Amino acid sequence: MNAKTLIPLVLFAVLAGFLAVGLGLDPREVPSPLVDKPAPAFKIAQLEPADAQFSPEDMKGKVWLFNVWASWCVACRQEHPVLMEFARAKVAPLIGLDYKDQRKDALGVLKRTGNPYDVIAFDADGRVGIDYGVYGVPESYVIDKAGVIRYKHIGPITMETMEKTIIPLIQKLQKS
Amino acid sequence: MKYLYALMLGLLLCGGVVGKEAAPLADDPKVEQRLIAISEELRCLVCQNESLAGSRADLAMDLRRELRTLIKQGKTDSEIREFMVSRYGDFVLYRPPVKPSTWLLWAGPFGLMVAGLVALFVYLRRRNTEVAAATGLTDEESKRAEALLQEGDK
Repeated sequence: MNAKTLIPLVLFAVLAGFLAVGLGLDPREVPSPLVDKPAPAFKIAQLEPADAQFSPEDMKGKVWLFNVWASWCVACRQEHPVLMEFARAKVAPLIGLDYKDQRKDALGVLKRTGNPYDVIAFDADGRVGIDYGVYGVPESYVIDKAGVIRYKHIGPITMETMEKTIIPLIQKLQKS
Repeated sequence: MKYLYALMLGLLLCGGVVGKEAAPLADDPKVEQRLIAISEELRCLVCQNESLAGSRADLAMDLRRELRTLIKQGKTDSEIREFMVSRYGDFVLYRPPVKPSTWLLWAGPFGLMVAGLVALFVYLRRRNTEVAAATGLTDEESKRAEALLQEGDK
């Protein structure tokens, strides 16, 4: 067997390698251009009490986790226990953005399953969601003391991502 | 029978009352035209193989609403594309921009074509010399052979 007959085999192996890597990628994970950019400003009503407002400005000087969710979002239920655990550990403030929801439904879900959030902003028409590039709820952002987005997670946070990526990142940012 | 006729007549008249003129799809057809032109070039992120213009996903409808306001504010096409890219990244564009990270994407096919042409050229040259070597004729002999063949044709 000479080197020439090996060429197709090598080409095939390279192609198979590319395809194998491609299979493992999640097409829903689109790299966000918002990472390392200041968190978009907004000032909207809170879920409860409805006459209070929330703005990311209020969180200046703190590292916080911003979680976009909704009562109609099935994957959010899967993520809910992870967030409850995060709230219990008191690592950092957890702010929710109730995305395109009905107040009544959202409050009902929180009453039934527990409320992990310190504050929930109520984004009825999804405008804030658009500014944050939300396209699949749940999505989560780690925002640092200066109000810069340092990490974005798309889809439900698993226990593993929470413990291995998000919490260490928050602790690192808190020290700096 | 009389009642039946009355009923049919009644139904017939109802049809005229119920039907009304089709409502226009948009308040401003010009805005709508530009919206379609721009959003056909944008990807809907929920259903990734549909354009923003064609998608009926909730997010696509919201985004069309945002783009409509931007158009009404008199924003240019590139400003509107920038609005989308700053939120969702280059991925929303069906035509990716030319920049260092996409050079391979844009130049790759041409590179492959050039490589193919070079390989073909090298192969043909090599085959020519191999054919010449295999016949074992000198230049002069092959010229004579050609001349003879041409004579035979006449």
